[in-house]
Amino acid sequence: MTIQFNEETFRDDYTFRNSDWAIKRFPFPFHEDSYMYSVNMEQHQGGPAGSVFEKRFDVDEHYVAEMKDRALVLAEDPLRCQSLPHMTLAGWDLLELIMVSKSEDYPDLFELHRDGNNWHWINRPMGIEQKFVFMDESTLPYGPMEYITRQAQGDFCVLDQRDDNLWMDAGMVTTQADWSLDFDIGMNFFEWHAPVPKAHEMGIFVRALKFLLNIQQGMPARRLNWTMTVNPLLDTSPENYHKWGVQKTTLTPENLGAKQHLRVELQTFFRLPRSNALVFPIRCYLISLEDLVTVPKWGRRLHRVIRDLPVELATYKGFIDNRPMILDYLAQHDDGLPTSDGIWPDLATEPPLSPS
Amino acid sequence: MSAGTNKIAVTVTDVVPVNELVKRFRFVRADGGQLPTFSGGAHTVVEMRDGDTQRLNPYSLMSDPMDQSAYTISVRRDDQGRGGSLFMHNKVRPGDAMTISYPVNLFSLDLRARKHLMIAGGIGITPFLAQIKQLTAMNGRFELHYACRTPALGSYVDELTAKHPNNVHVYYDDQGQVIDLEHLLDGQPLGTHIYVCGPKGMIGWVRGKAAELGWPREAVHYEEFLAPQPGKPFEVKLAVSNKVIQVGENQSLLEAIEAAGVDAPYLCRGGACGQCETDVIGYDGKFIHRDHWLEDDQKAGGRKIMPCVSRFEGKTLVLDR
Ligand SMILES: Cc1cc2nc3c(=O)[nH]c(=O)nc-3n(C[C@H](O)[C@H](O)[C@H](O)COP(=O)(O)OP(=O)(O)OC[C@H]3O[C@@H](n4cnc5c(N)ncnc54)[C@H](O)[C@@H]3O)c2cc1C
Ligand code: HEM
Ligand code: FES
Repeated sequence: MTIQFNEETFRDDYTFRNSDWAIKRFPFPFHEDSYMYSVNMEQHQGGPAGSVFEKRFDVDEHYVAEMKDRALVLAEDPLRCQSLPHMTLAGWDLLELIMVSKSEDYPDLFELHRDGNNWHWINRPMGIEQKFVFMDESTLPYGPMEYITRQAQGDFCVLDQRDDNLWMDAGMVTTQADWSLDFDIGMNFFEWHAPVPKAHEMGIFVRALKFLLNIQQGMPARRLNWTMTVNPLLDTSPENYHKWGVQKTTLTPENLGAKQHLRVELQTFFRLPRSNALVFPIRCYLISLEDLVTVPKWGRRLHRVIRDLPVELATYKGFIDNRPMILDYLAQHDDGLPTSDGIWPDLATEPPLSPS
Repeated sequence: MSAGTNKIAVTVTDVVPVNELVKRFRFVRADGGQLPTFSGGAHTVVEMRDGDTQRLNPYSLMSDPMDQSAYTISVRRDDQGRGGSLFMHNKVRPGDAMTISYPVNLFSLDLRARKHLMIAGGIGITPFLAQIKQLTAMNGRFELHYACRTPALGSYVDELTAKHPNNVHVYYDDQGQVIDLEHLLDGQPLGTHIYVCGPKGMIGWVRGKAAELGWPREAVHYEEFLAPQPGKPFEVKLAVSNKVIQVGENQSLLEAIEAAGVDAPYLCRGGACGQCETDVIGYDGKFIHRDHWLEDDQKAGGRKIMPCVSRFEGKTLVLDR
């Protein structure tokens, strides 16, 4: 399938749109009518054809526009991309992983030709062609991690593994849900997760870390996380809270369906071979509530999840003030009928919304 | 939810005697493709089909981590062992098809270190061979202190001293040469990390001395080639799969679980990775914990066991498996 890349923005005039294709393949994160934190991890070895889980690094219609947005963020704030000196080898590992995966998974979009350490990379959607020497930083315009993550959707945390912990020692973070690489750099798994409510007491992080420390080469894993964002903003960073925080007050019952977005992160975990580091790509997908409710099962379910979500979680995720208005909107799309198990849209089997 | 590893079908291309006790094996991918790169210190689990017995032994990768054409391992013959190393020595021939796991690293370099101080005993040299190749390519600073029983048994001594004359120091037991550990540790620059791989006694000695001299725990790394020890046979009930199994004298609990057709997670099979951790539902007897994974209070608590190396003596043991 050839992808038609959108011309769109994630700021100012917000021309971001999802096509019908993008709506149907949206990674809806709720497999049942309620939500609580859990160690929700599974193997990342493909998924249904066309789904966002199919390829190692999903490329979709937003690719080119997201990369433009990243370049804008970096131009304003270079500290969104940092790599401590011992992480350069992991950067090369990541560059190799992404180039090899994309050229194998999307041969019409990306090509990689290797002759020993002389590599030739072609990125058609972005119009990039680069010849360079693998492991020789002087042959690339940026360090290896920065070079490749300027061409890959989603944020990337590169974690050093030592002393039975993971350390956030490198990353490219421009599309984050209100956390800061510059603040978290050098922290370990428990330190950077400190602000999360409830999950510590539930023992989730201890178990999750054990799982992550044992992720092996060739056996990547994945999980979904989610939050809510007003306007299709990729860069909801603490650094720029003064710009986007106020937008939360612009919601009205009339504009809510278009402005309020469900934000889902497809988080994957890969062991990097040469450095034994772990890379954690966080791919962000946005969908407006009015697009989301075109799938009747998702409309019903999202209403129930948001309604029953514990206050601590709604507060942490930043939509507690708007929750009543969001519920008023979503209630119109919940007729009380039962929903099928699992995250898939089930358009053929789930009944349309019954008229009220 | 289990991490597990992928497997690779390989062909043995060379079997080379290194000395009286050690043989080196070279593997290439059976499909002719490239092997994954790895990080120095990684091992692979080699599957051996020895008659009716399936053996799974971990061996450190000693080849250049960047070389994707082949992996090499060196195996020391263990005449007291249960037969894995003997199988490798006596049965494996060039051209044989074998299965190995993807590389797993439980002994990786701390790349922040300004200097890597390596201490090896005997066959414990193998992970360092790959680490030294990795560091040499990256211009990393290292120093190796390598103790062997005799010159004749000093695997890879010649190669190491020829390539790195200033960084490799060899000690022979039969000539009464001993590593002067106290001085060695004392004279290290700030930011040095210690790595030790060798017999149990050597690991304990280095860790103890380092702790005594105030080295931070996270700057001292070790790997012991732990193998399951035999013991009295015992009976186990597997609650989830509803089976009662017998663990033989020369079998590990993990091997007995696998032999009963129950899928159990593992990575290192040497008590180090934590992957095989199993909940104990009930017991009447005493545990023989031999792993490096559980904390002392967990070992005393009687609620967890690492079946790859640990055993049980007593009346009943019920596991959540
Ligand atoms: C991470 C890791 C890396 C390793 N890397 C290497 C490597 O690079 N090279 C290498 O040679 N080895 C390595 N080993 C060790 C290797 O996996 C095997 O344990 C070793 O080869 C012996 O295997 P075996 O099957 O012959 O003996 P095992 O059955 O595993 O027995 C080993 C030991 O158990 C005891 N034992 C077993 N059965 C009996 C019995 N009936 N009576 C008395 N004592 C008994 C003995 O002390 C014996 O020496 C590594 C181990 C680990 C955990
Ligand atoms: C190594 C990989 C991981 C990295 C780098 C990472 C990073 C983060 C960061 C930076 C945050 C935001 C914290 C803040 O508010 O400042 C976060 C939140 C969170 N993380 Fe992780 N994480 C990782 C793996 C995991 C795993 C495996 C789990 C499994 C359960 C997990 C569970 C959570 C949860 C539940 C939250 C709160 C999210 C929300 O409610 O929106 N994380 N993580
Ligand atoms: S398999 Fe690694 S501790 Fe048991």
